[in-house]
Amino acid sequence: MLFYTAQRLVLSVVIVMVAVSILKLMLHVVPGDPAVLVLGPRATPELIERTREAMGLDRPLLMQLVTFFGNILRGDLGQDVFTGRAVSRIVFEQLPYTLILIAVAIMWSAVLGIVLGAYSALRRNTWFDTLSGVVSVGTISIPAFVMALYSVLIFAVWLRWLPAIGAGEGFLDSITHLILPAFAIGVSWVGYVARMVRASMLEIMGQPHVRMARAFGLPERRITQSHILKIAVLPAVTLIGTGVAHLFSAAVFVEVIFARPGIGALIVQAVNERNYPIVLGAVLVTTGIIVLATLISDLVIALLDPRQREEL
Amino acid sequence: MSDTTPTSAAASQGPLPEPTVLARTLRVLSGNRTGVIGFVLVALIIGAAVLAPWIAPYDPTAIMVGPRMAPPSAEHWLGTDNIGRDIFSRVIAGGRIAMLVAMASLASALSVGLALGLIAGLGPRWLDNVLLLLFDALRSFPVIVFGLAVVTIIGPSLFTVVLVVAITSVPIYARIVRTQTMALKNAEFILAERAMGVGMPRLLAIHVLPNVLGPLLILASMDVPLVIATEAGLSFLGMGVRPPTPSWGVILNDGYNFIRNSPWPVIGGSIPIILVTLGFTFMGEALRDIFDPKLRKAR
Repeated sequence: MLFYTAQRLVLSVVIVMVAVSILKLMLHVVPGDPAVLVLGPRATPELIERTREAMGLDRPLLMQLVTFFGNILRGDLGQDVFTGRAVSRIVFEQLPYTLILIAVAIMWSAVLGIVLGAYSALRRNTWFDTLSGVVSVGTISIPAFVMALYSVLIFAVWLRWLPAIGAGEGFLDSITHLILPAFAIGVSWVGYVARMVRASMLEIMGQPHVRMARAFGLPERRITQSHILKIAVLPAVTLIGTGVAHLFSAAVFVEVIFARPGIGALIVQAVNERNYPIVLGAVLVTTGIIVLATLISDLVIALLDPRQREEL
Repeated sequence: MSDTTPTSAAASQGPLPEPTVLARTLRVLSGNRTGVIGFVLVALIIGAAVLAPWIAPYDPTAIMVGPRMAPPSAEHWLGTDNIGRDIFSRVIAGGRIAMLVAMASLASALSVGLALGLIAGLGPRWLDNVLLLLFDALRSFPVIVFGLAVVTIIGPSLFTVVLVVAITSVPIYARIVRTQTMALKNAEFILAERAMGVGMPRLLAIHVLPNVLGPLLILASMDVPLVIATEAGLSFLGMGVRPPTPSWGVILNDGYNFIRNSPWPVIGGSIPIILVTLGFTFMGEALRDIFDPKLRKAR
């Protein structure tokens, strides 16, 4: 188990490094001076000269990459082109807003999805199963940003129940401002998780160990809880782990639509200003989080699933 | 019970002929209502995209063809937007952009993915490892976030959207091709062919490709909604198709800016995205049942 963890950890670090190198090298593949590309067409010659020096463009490409990674290890992600503030500080200021949004979205949707999926599998081919199937497919078909637009339209413009702009101030206010965005991101995940859990429940319900538990006369409730559901949620854990990337994509739209602060809104603003250091820093941090999430979900599965644990 | 007689009669005369693709398609669709809905929706969407200039009642970019922000009426089926453009015409024209992006990006992703997957599957071990690492790195980017990074460098355009979607989809296809190729590499019929001295090109073209292509096309069909959502999403942010051109994302962005005045641009711009997703997902599931029953999961 320890070896497996270490192995996966090293691989994750390498993946993040390759991913960041791709972004860094992209600047050099495109024709034109990277410093000009970073700064955009309106930059003054002296600013371009300063950036060229700061980026170390006069040195060989490999050396630039090495310095870049060295800086990252020291927590230095570069400077904002316009204000000169440290990118790491700007990114980590915005990150908590996005993380909270994503966490809340995935929590409510996973709980609801697991309950719906498990219940549909137990009541297979009843009206409830059909209804939850239709609802699942329906919600999966609506991209998060379309869902966000409809949430604004229905709950903020027509019904005027909930606020749709900003993140709010103070605890209670923040929570009411979180409801619509978290709803918009989470809805399609209810469908994904429900379908996944239902399919794996049905598969596991037919397996010998379940029949055996039943033959032993264990109460049906206990069989469902500790012999079926416990294994059936595992694919959902993988789904969520690999889905963190999609959650970040969705967060970009939701933050723009609800005018919330966050890393997605930060990236969009930086792109509009052609502020590549901020874009690069923000993408690096999100990619790191995504790889970490995949790693954690794999480890959780290894911990929860006795069959996989045996193989390690 | 009634269908057992002809089968046993045929069996006595020799093996049954392999059912044709058409026959299989009809059989699967006859018991699959969502599959039929999928095929019909996809046909309608592609038809509308191809025939857009003839279907759209107004010029999609002409302003003030009607009153501003009007609700749906007999003249304007989905109403008009903030500068009096006909939303229905814009939605139809936007379908063209969406289909164009989907076709261009999926075709390039499929061909590059196929090539890289074959190289990874058949090539030396180290090359396989390098490619796998590259695929994993590319897959760890959120599509939209990666797209935004690319836009910063080469600027927003239709080409940028196609490029972003193609790059982020390649790893998925390449991985599938790689797995299939590796499984085939040691299959007995391939070993037999090689023992008979068959060259690599023939082996690839006749034995590996047909086995790899099926699952790949099914996957591509199910990916169309994702591609279209990405195009619409980037265009919505102003980072994809540029405003005068009607794209579903641009329509939604116009609608978002005036959401407190009129709901119709948002409703009109979102309906096709939802229909496309439903259509291609249902069609993909039906295709899977027709071509590759093995892939089917427990229902």
